[in-house]
Amino acid sequence: MRFMLLFSRQGKLRLQKWYLATSDKEKKKMVRELMQVVLARKPKMCSFLEWRDLKVVYKRYASLYFCCAIEGQDNELITLELIHRYVELLDKYFGSVCELDIIFNFEKAYFILDEFLMGGEIQDTSKKSVLKAIEQADLLQEEDESPRSVLEEMGLA
Amino acid sequence: MPAVSKGDGMRGLAVFISDIRNCKSKEAEIKRINKELANIRSKFKGDKALDGYSKKKYVCKLLFIFLLGHDIDFGHMEAVNLLSSNRYTEKQIGYLFISVLVNSNSELIRLINNAIKNDLASRNPTFMGLALHCIANVGSREMAEAFAGEIPKILVAGDTMDSVKQSAALCLLRLYRTSPDFVPMGDWTSRVVHLLNDQHLGVVTAATSLITTLAQKNPEEFKTSVSLAVSRLSRIVTSASTDLQDYTYYFVPAPWLSVKLLRLLQCYPPPEDAAVRGRLTECLETILNKAQEPPKSKKVQHSNAKNAVLFEAISLIIHHDSEPNLLVRACNQLGQFLQHRETNLRYLALESMCTLASSEFSHEAVKTHIETVINALKTERDVSVRQRAVDLLYAMCDRSNAQQIVAEMLNYLETADYSIREEIVLKVAILAEKYAVDYTWYVDTILNLIRIAGDYVSEEVWYRVIQIVINRDDVQGYAAKTVFEALQAPACHENLVKVGGYILGEFGNLIAGDPRSSPLIQFNLLHSKFHLCSVPTRALLLSTYIKFVNLFPEIKTTIQDVLRSDSQLKNADVELQQRAVEYLRLSTIASTDILATVLEEMPPFPERESSILAKLKKKKGPGTVTDLEEIKKERNSDVNGGTESTAVNASTVSTPSPSADLLGLGAAPLTSSAPPPSSTGSLLVDVFSDSASVVAPLAPGSEDNFASPDLASSEVVSEEPADTVHDADELIHKFVCKNNGVLFENQLLQIGLKSEFRQNLGRMFIFYGNKTSTQFLNFTPTLIFNFFLLNNLSRLNLQTKPVDPTVDGGAQVQQVVNIECISDFMEAPILNIQFRYGGTFQNISVKLPITLNKFFQPTEMASQDFFQRWKQLSNPQQEMQNIFKAKHPMDTEITKAKIIGFGSALLEEVDPNPANFVGAGIIHTKTTQIGCLLRLEPNLQAQMYRLTLRTSKETVSQRLCELLSEQF
Repeated sequence: MRFMLLFSRQGKLRLQKWYLATSDKEKKKMVRELMQVVLARKPKMCSFLEWRDLKVVYKRYASLYFCCAIEGQDNELITLELIHRYVELLDKYFGSVCELDIIFNFEKAYFILDEFLMGGEIQDTSKKSVLKAIEQADLLQEEDESPRSVLEEMGLA
Repeated sequence: MPAVSKGDGMRGLAVFISDIRNCKSKEAEIKRINKELANIRSKFKGDKALDGYSKKKYVCKLLFIFLLGHDIDFGHMEAVNLLSSNRYTEKQIGYLFISVLVNSNSELIRLINNAIKNDLASRNPTFMGLALHCIANVGSREMAEAFAGEIPKILVAGDTMDSVKQSAALCLLRLYRTSPDFVPMGDWTSRVVHLLNDQHLGVVTAATSLITTLAQKNPEEFKTSVSLAVSRLSRIVTSASTDLQDYTYYFVPAPWLSVKLLRLLQCYPPPEDAAVRGRLTECLETILNKAQEPPKSKKVQHSNAKNAVLFEAISLIIHHDSEPNLLVRACNQLGQFLQHRETNLRYLALESMCTLASSEFSHEAVKTHIETVINALKTERDVSVRQRAVDLLYAMCDRSNAQQIVAEMLNYLETADYSIREEIVLKVAILAEKYAVDYTWYVDTILNLIRIAGDYVSEEVWYRVIQIVINRDDVQGYAAKTVFEALQAPACHENLVKVGGYILGEFGNLIAGDPRSSPLIQFNLLHSKFHLCSVPTRALLLSTYIKFVNLFPEIKTTIQDVLRSDSQLKNADVELQQRAVEYLRLSTIASTDILATVLEEMPPFPERESSILAKLKKKKGPGTVTDLEEIKKERNSDVNGGTESTAVNASTVSTPSPSADLLGLGAAPLTSSAPPPSSTGSLLVDVFSDSASVVAPLAPGSEDNFASPDLASSEVVSEEPADTVHDADELIHKFVCKNNGVLFENQLLQIGLKSEFRQNLGRMFIFYGNKTSTQFLNFTPTLIFNFFLLNNLSRLNLQTKPVDPTVDGGAQVQQVVNIECISDFMEAPILNIQFRYGGTFQNISVKLPITLNKFFQPTEMASQDFFQRWKQLSNPQQEMQNIFKAKHPMDTEITKAKIIGFGSALLEEVDPNPANFVGAGIIHTKTTQIGCLLRLEPNLQAQMYRLTLRTSKETVSQRLCELLSEQF
């Protein structure tokens, strides 16, 4: 996989993950172009399209589009299910995930994606092992943190 | 604000995100962000040391701001500090920031690499995981260099935990993709292969990805993976749906792993070992059988996962292309999908069938679905699906169904989406040519194309129809008649006027016997379109008219009247005006014999790969246009058959004169031996002068016609890889600062150059060396400086004597070219060489390095003078500046030598900054002399140059700047 994008129906980018070094300028251009193409498509259309020299696989979940760019020989259907598995992981973690969860906990969305995919290839397809890894990390986090005053949290202390 | 569900983190961050979301306008958002950035900056700069938590929070805010699309130029150091924290979450945010935002700041990379090194050595699996993720995310060459040796060890070590193994495998895969040179093959490879037997399916999945990538480049090294992959696959496909527990996805056992194993097997031919092969065939049959079983779940995830495996299995079957039984079953399965209610499956079936169509075992089976595919073209609501249908029709086309498919495509073209029209036009043009048994059908098809989708008919398409008509004398009469009829339509596309003008100019005489298409009627018909056409088309029509003067002497006066009219002779467009003037003059003073020679019918075109095919390949990328070889073969045998040898030009016919005074080049030796044509009348003089460098008889058309596109796509006929003119731009740059050297070399031929220039004159010796032991026959080098090209209009005068058409094995022949620069020019002339070697026809085109700077004379001047003139040339058009990265080491002495080689004087002690270089000189052309000043400012630190050219002429500044920029 070359990259994965999550964006809203309004064309707001929520998450981007690039698996091949790309300049910032080029990234912005590609994101803009691809969002335009995908958002223009009607609901019943097929989930695959050719774009530049890549194949794009996308699926819409509620207000969010999940969009992967893969290479010529990659398997479209399994990529579609890869998106679904990622959504399941988010859902399980956040408990009925919505766009806001991803906005406010963007770093978690990245961590979950990193546990699931690496270098654009699937690392583990088992839902259990991915979630176990994330939960372990959360446990570590809770041990780390000592309680702080509200004022301190707001940056006012 | 939603309740943050787990591992609650940073309230300050959540507040900030809320604030941003509450911003009513973009301006308010930017204001809020700037405030936050200022706050963070002051925190980072403040005297009070920040604790890890605050650092983490601020770094996280920066990350959020960056992801909103704003630039972040600080905080990297704080993120790197977080890497060495002992707290997991701080480390994790640090790594995330680095992964998303890292740039190749070398100082930082070293620090990051240090932190990674520590974490890799920590033996703490979570920390190791973070470090490996960071390497995979950044994946830069520096990281590859630092860690590519280490990671294989982690991967195969006995005590590495499974999760770390998975990360290590994919991390290595990522590094191998960007920097394969840093990943050493070794003992570890065989142990990696054995990971395919691992108990942990997650490890097997990751390892399979890695092995597939490695095996593509090192198939021998990973050969043993085939039998292991087959047995693994076999265990999966025969397992009960619950055996694999969490690796079963909606009742499909390990679909990801299955797909990956099938992908891995596509790196290899069918297994040689009969047992392995049998087992694999069984697996594939099982997968095909399962497709027929009732689904175990109604969920789309179930059918998607199942079909993902099925499509990958079909890919493998097609890749092996050896089991007719499996191929036909695959084809039938895809046939079912063609009518499936899921759009996704119809799309994939069409796509997959495209590759199946090229197998000899299944081509016929694919063809049976033609009606369904045509129906898809008509009824699919999604353009991407229709596009697949067009591709499949193209792939399944052969002689038996070409007429039907071309007709359907033409039909569809009337309503096709704009985005794919051009591609369909190209495909129709190719199919019509490839499967034409009847040339009248071919001509009709192309004219239909122009009628239906004229705007999408690119030049390549109509050039091609003309090439074919010119090369096939049995279709010329029909073509003339057909275009004549098509032109009767009151509104016809300009492309039709072009084709019509060209064809009638060549072959109008073939239909002139019919009183309904008498010469005068033909002329009036074309001329009625004239005023509606663009300049290039009108230029082409003027050439048609002069050809008519030769074909039909009886309408000569009518044509002369048209040429003589003010709208032609005084046309504001210089090209049209010049053509009118010259053609009128030509028709008045030339005798019938001369007219007949100059305006002779075009000779057949040399055979070459269809430029349309080249264009389609360019559009679709290589590999998508299949059976090229076959197309070539077929074309050889019917369309262009037997035309290759005759495309010789008449430019050069006498014996070479040994010219010894390369260095004794006089001040103006050319003017005495061959008076150069005056600039306005050069076309005529060139046409009449027997030593002129004009190619072939006068073609009715401007450069938009044939010379340039055909040469540009001179991916010629021979077995030699074609040398395109385009590549030769490199050669031009090589010769900008020097005059002698090897211009071109392949296995057969070497071309060397020696040249000298003085003022606006030059002489070039071209040496052709036959590197083989066999004679070259019909050896014909031709210089083409296209004087039809507006920019080049009589700007360079090239004269040459021809060479002996036979070049013995091992021999060298030389050709002298006398050069006169009339006025400044952009394009270099092209040297085209054609000859026969053994049984094959060779055609090579290279640009001849005659560049504007060759006519430079250095001028010495003092600092004061230089800057005075520099200021005088301050008009923006007179200046051209280019800032560029150094391509070569920045060495002062070499730079000086290059500037001198370029032709200008190198002025010392002129620029106040001694590191800069300044130069001055005069470009000499026959019509004018142009003073040029140049300044080159190197920036060693940034490895950049800034080059500024100031001359009194815009085009000169531009060209010199282009040429010189390539030198450093």
